[in-house]
Amino acid sequence: MKDLALAFSGLARKKLRTALLIFAVFIAFLIYAVLGAFSASLDAATGSSASSNRLVVSNRINFTEVLPIAYVNRVANVPNVTDVSYSMWFGGYYQEERNFLIAFAVEPASYARMFSDLNIPADQVQRFSTQRDCMLAGRTDADRWGWNLGDRIPVSSNIWRQTDGANTWPVEVCAIAEGGEELPGAGVYINYEYFDEARAFANDTVGNIHIQTAGAEYNDQVIQDVDALFQNSPAETETVTEAAFNAAFIDQQGNLGLIILGVTGAAFVTILLIVGNAMSGAIRERTGEIAVMKTIGFPSARIARIVVGETLLIACIGGLIGLIVAWLIIELGGAVLAAFSPFFATLTLSPQLLATAVALMALLGLITGAIPAWNAMRVNVVTAFRRI
Amino acid sequence: MTNALIQIADVAKSYRRGQETLSIFDRLNLTIPHGDFVAIMGPSGSGKTTLLNMLGGLDRPSGGAITFDGKQIENLSESKLSSWRAANVGFIFQFYNLMPTLTAAKNVELPLLLTRLGSGERNRRVQTALEIVGLSERKDHKPKELSGGQQQRVAIARALVADPKLLLADEPTGDLDRTTATEILEMLQLLNKDLGKTIVMVTHDPAAAKYAKRELHLDKGEFEERVS
Ligand SMILES: Nc1ncnc2c1ncn2[C@@H]1O[C@H](COP(=O)(O)OP(=O)(O)OP(=O)(O)O)[C@@H](O)[C@H]1O
Ligand SMILES: [Mg+2]
Repeated sequence: MKDLALAFSGLARKKLRTALLIFAVFIAFLIYAVLGAFSASLDAATGSSASSNRLVVSNRINFTEVLPIAYVNRVANVPNVTDVSYSMWFGGYYQEERNFLIAFAVEPASYARMFSDLNIPADQVQRFSTQRDCMLAGRTDADRWGWNLGDRIPVSSNIWRQTDGANTWPVEVCAIAEGGEELPGAGVYINYEYFDEARAFANDTVGNIHIQTAGAEYNDQVIQDVDALFQNSPAETETVTEAAFNAAFIDQQGNLGLIILGVTGAAFVTILLIVGNAMSGAIRERTGEIAVMKTIGFPSARIARIVVGETLLIACIGGLIGLIVAWLIIELGGAVLAAFSPFFATLTLSPQLLATAVALMALLGLITGAIPAWNAMRVNVVTAFRRI
Repeated sequence: MTNALIQIADVAKSYRRGQETLSIFDRLNLTIPHGDFVAIMGPSGSGKTTLLNMLGGLDRPSGGAITFDGKQIENLSESKLSSWRAANVGFIFQFYNLMPTLTAAKNVELPLLLTRLGSGERNRRVQTALEIVGLSERKDHKPKELSGGQQQRVAIARALVADPKLLLADEPTGDLDRTTATEILEMLQLLNKDLGKTIVMVTHDPAAAKYAKRELHLDKGEFEERVS
């Protein structure tokens, strides 16, 4: 405790320098936390929630283009396809446009069958499959907007219009997907027919066709067969595994993780050099004071500890502010980001991410303090006093 | 010899400069009894600071022995010397050497951070030391906000606070005007008389040396004594 106070007073010496160093560390941890959260949500999206025997068919041009619904039956007839469903991106929101929803219009019975990992109670699957204005809501969304089973709510679209110009489809919340450990539990699903009959344009088209294959070992063959089926037709297809599709949804390059690692790595190395160098300079300026402390009887090891205490304080203060600001950005900015991609709606700072950040703070503090502390230990009292 | 606080026996000190060996003392002998107040004078470069550093365990002699309170110190390890200094020696410098970021009270408290005393007891002792030097009003001031004389008084309080037997002062009034210097010297005299501190003070100023019980002149590696 006594040494902590001395470390603080060392930092108070040059307040501007200390503030700049803390700011540099803050930036590094802000980048680390925000990119880390992105990376984690990317992993969650492409990871275990994607079943290895599910494929997604999209329009070859890009995933915002549509496919004729007639394709669904033709895909169903491809060998080793055991089930098919389809979905259309709804561009949904609840009441106000900023209340963004990850919303799809889907064929309910087959969708609930194929995506059994959504974890919907059986009686609710029944309702969802038969009641035209039934909406299936993910648990996260139900909790977020305070929906209960039986609530009648409006879901609106910022893409689709009805023939009378309206853009709201009234629905009843009659099924809730609890999701699983790996599933985000966000997203709402409405009945495709109910949606398609009312919309003013692009009728009888779907965004994606979902395929279940007889097993992962058939995936490659099915992908080839499906894409061959529609070759040279007005709407050519591109079929990929669900995992690849989810990844492409966020990151067309597929190497976001690598970029994140590179950016954070560079930031940390830079910060390491800046803080280490500044602290070495600070200790050099303080040679006289260190000599006085040694004269008074402070052992070299204790002086080294105070110096490392200073760099640890810089790393921890900057790092914690970085985490707090990252958290604010993710909490407040998450909804805005979600408009770009639904997976960003699930951005969080995971406990692992926070634990790694704290470990990095300690490491940064120790490494940047090591050389200045060593220099402080070696200050020779007699020669130091001759210099001043 | 039981009342000798410091015994310097045949102490030698030399520096190597390349091939040459520069010898500052060859066989220096001196006994300083408990409660003495010695002023050391002598030309620049005669080795006064070097001697003080050796008495304070900051520098080691090249030969001979230094005994403090019956215990040989010149062969102690660096860390033993460190804690020996903390317990037994208070230093007063020409340029005060206070920590610029700490208040007067925090500066005075520094030596106590090396003890096991709790914060209440530390504060009480800091208060007492500041009262002795007449600066308790200024305890929350930073060194920048104090005059040179006041800073030197804070430095004296710092040297005093851990209650060491020996105070070492290297030109403590070298940077002060006559009036302020007189105050500081009277204070050292008081510490010697009333608190029984043994003081070794290096000075260039014959008027300052008069405040000591005796004056020693160091020249060409030898002492010459003048009793005042
Ligand atoms: N590290 C060193 N290497 C070589 N020579 C040194 C070293 N330190 C001191 N000296 C020499 O030792 C001699 C004594 O120095 P010291 O500082 O003790 O003298 P002083 O009596 O205190 O002088 P002043 O009155 O100017 O303070 C000087 O000649 C100095 O040049
Ligand atoms: Mg000198």
